[in-house]
Amino acid sequence: MTPPTPAPTAVGAQAPPERAERAEPARARRRGPRAPGRIRHASLPYLLLLPALALELLIHLVPMVIGAVMSFKTLTQFYIRDWSTAPWAGLDNYKLSVDFSAPVGKDLLDSFVTTCLFTVASVALCWLLGTAAAVFTQESFRGRGLLRALFLVPYALPVYAAVITWAFMFQRDNGLVNHVLHDQLGLGGDRAFWLIGDNSFYALLTVSVWKGWPFAFLIVTAGLQNIPKELYEAAAIDGAGVWQQIRRITLPSLRPVNQVLVLVLFLWTFNDFNTPYVLFGRSAPKAADLISIHIYQSSFVTWNFGTGAAMSVLLVLFLLVVTGVYLLLTSRGRKSANV
Amino acid sequence: MSSPSPTAPPRSFVRSRRIFLTLLTGFVLLPVYVMASSSLKPLEDVSGRFRWLPSGLTVRPYLDIWKTVPLAKYFVNSLIVAGSATVLSVVVAIFAAYAVSRYRFRGKRVFTVTVLSTQMFPGILFLLPLFLIFVNVGNTTGVALYGSRGGLILTYLTFSLPFSIWMLIGYLDSVPRDLDEAAMVDGCGPLGALFRVVVPAAVPGIVAVAVYAFMTAWGEVLFASVMTNDTTRTLAVGLQGYATQNDVYWNQVMAASLVVSVPVVAGFLLLQRYLVAGLTAGAVK
Repeated sequence: MTPPTPAPTAVGAQAPPERAERAEPARARRRGPRAPGRIRHASLPYLLLLPALALELLIHLVPMVIGAVMSFKTLTQFYIRDWSTAPWAGLDNYKLSVDFSAPVGKDLLDSFVTTCLFTVASVALCWLLGTAAAVFTQESFRGRGLLRALFLVPYALPVYAAVITWAFMFQRDNGLVNHVLHDQLGLGGDRAFWLIGDNSFYALLTVSVWKGWPFAFLIVTAGLQNIPKELYEAAAIDGAGVWQQIRRITLPSLRPVNQVLVLVLFLWTFNDFNTPYVLFGRSAPKAADLISIHIYQSSFVTWNFGTGAAMSVLLVLFLLVVTGVYLLLTSRGRKSANV
Repeated sequence: MSSPSPTAPPRSFVRSRRIFLTLLTGFVLLPVYVMASSSLKPLEDVSGRFRWLPSGLTVRPYLDIWKTVPLAKYFVNSLIVAGSATVLSVVVAIFAAYAVSRYRFRGKRVFTVTVLSTQMFPGILFLLPLFLIFVNVGNTTGVALYGSRGGLILTYLTFSLPFSIWMLIGYLDSVPRDLDEAAMVDGCGPLGALFRVVVPAAVPGIVAVAVYAFMTAWGEVLFASVMTNDTTRTLAVGLQGYATQNDVYWNQVMAASLVVSVPVVAGFLLLQRYLVAGLTAGAVK
């Protein structure tokens, strides 16, 4: 797996100007005798990395290995005290997870499909809102600074505080949503349930988009700062209007930023646990049963850690393949665009 | 609203902008309004049909939230856990990011790719094994990691350490190398250069990473809901305590939500400028 190629960022542009000035005497002084320090410390980078490596081992690598081992064991509540004594299960957990004719596999497949649909819808809407907001606030107008700050509020609010407020708004009898739809607009017959049944998908999607779009806004805003002003000026001289400039200059220039943004949004939304958990509790309604909650429930509600671990491994394999293919496609696209 | 540039946007653009931004602001602020207004309502108001305006304003919810559940204790727990996870991951990340940013060494690529890729894995992947490790360590050595704040801090590192390292690499790369080279010419060792020159120059980035790490830890739900017990519970789990068998004290839930949100939102908005730069450096790379 290769990391995405670094895209130009706003950081360089935002570096305080005095930094460049301070660097000047430094450059002059370098003509003097060079410090011998750098070559002598061949082991220094490893020493610097040591704490991070030790922690990475402890919190990521060891748990991943144990998780993989767990997935081959019959790990129920009887073996939690000492998981190493749990009997081997071979591939049973995996077979159970992907046997779509049996309840466990069918539920997992349903949850997977729900998660995919949900993720695609949420990422698309987040991207759309974020890009539109960024483009509309690109040029300065009165109140722009205030709006930009306001737009970041959903991002800054702690997840549980924000989502619990949405849960209140989606209450059937005393929530704002039904009050507006039913009491004020007079839509439909009965008050709808939003946190159970099929509507729960849309409730979850609304909250997810509300919470996720400011991130897209942030990234696209940063991306916009890297588009040279001259491009717009040249286009304006050639007679291109604002809308044409957006279509011909802004959106194509954002491509590298968007490629990373969409991947990050995809991974966050796909793996999101906090939002459905606070909105619905330990077991989500079927229409909004995201994969993280599903695995959580298989493990901590029905106490089947082995099966939960197998599902986690399958999930990670899926994410690796999707990310790998995505990076391959986008980097190839980028290369051919450069030619 | 006149623009000084000769290419003032056409009316259609200005009108679209106004409509879109108004609707979006409404969408963004709706829950904030509900949170704030409901927190000042008497219980009858929030148990009955929703009303846009309270029948009477009361600050009772703000007094009751501390009694209905031990909110202060949860607050302290969240503060300790999020604060410790932040400090630990930022300090460790400064060393690691400095190594990656300034030195060539064997395994550098493996390290950065590993750090980057752990960010794509779901938290649930680490939760199950860490839970079992903690339970087993407790049973064999008597060290109570499961349910302890220390254990929770450790689990928070699973997400705060990789992004701290990743964001700080981006930041340190933007600090000119000449600075630390000059410091070394002046007789600093590499660590002296790091602490006397690079860290001070990267303060905005470090602050941004710290705020971001703190925010993420402050809002974490998954690990907190599994790895805590009555005495170590954090706000994320504690807020559910306002729902009793008979009733949900929605006005208190909203008051408590507002109280726990104010510190992070204020911090975020104050440090927004740095944060945005740091976040995009990490995310856009």
